[in-house]
Amino acid sequence: MSDSASKPRPQFRNISVPQILSYRLPLAGKTSILHRISGALLFLCLPLVILPLFALSVTSPESYASIQAWASNPLLKLVLLAIIWGYLHHFCAGIRYLVLDLHIGMDKISAQKSAGVVLGVSLALTVVFGLKLFGAW
Amino acid sequence: MSAQERIGTKRLVVGAHYGTIDFIAQRVTAIIMAVYTLVLFFGFLFTPDMNFEGWRHLFTFTCIGLPVGQLLATLAFFSVAWHAWIGVRDIWMDYIHSAGLRLFLQVLTILWLVGAVVYFAKILWSL
Repeated sequence: MSDSASKPRPQFRNISVPQILSYRLPLAGKTSILHRISGALLFLCLPLVILPLFALSVTSPESYASIQAWASNPLLKLVLLAIIWGYLHHFCAGIRYLVLDLHIGMDKISAQKSAGVVLGVSLALTVVFGLKLFGAW
Repeated sequence: MSAQERIGTKRLVVGAHYGTIDFIAQRVTAIIMAVYTLVLFFGFLFTPDMNFEGWRHLFTFTCIGLPVGQLLATLAFFSVAWHAWIGVRDIWMDYIHSAGLRLFLQVLTILWLVGAVVYFAKILWSL
């Protein structure tokens, strides 16, 4: 906290939404903002979707079986897919942060690579779980 | 901050804990959730013929008479709530500059998460 008041830092608070959208973030930046977005998504869905679904899955054999019918609605399938991606991305990106906290892979090149791996692995796993969800097997 | 609020020539007094507890809690709760995720995942994988009974058993199994499945799930869910509180609070602190609105959203966040904890506990402990 030393020197925090020594000189006024420039502040940029009037950035508009089109400017934000035209930013070309590096891979690590994309992983970072998606970590935040997926966390917010999981927070919102927790009592609205995830817990009701959990209740159905453990209450009785009938409610367990009713999930199948419940999840056949295309809109709900899409919501579930978003939650699955959110969980997987947050999980993978979180593990990357824990590794970075141990000062492993801190240099620019490896950080960029691991960010790419996180984006790729979470998307690939989402495809796997998505195929399962949409009944590929 | 004016010069009178500093200690010595450099140090500025602005608070007590500087977020250290939150920083550590965010990581400890993350590890607890990651481990519990893997426990559930491998429990799921190694249950032959996964069905309602097998799935429910992951949350209700007992060990020497103790409700270990329910206890693990409850502890993991406390981690979820604490982790989500720190994360969502950080989002409000970054983007909401009006102190009144930020306080309002933080209160809503706490109510949302406490509600989720109670809802989860009710589902889990009525099994």
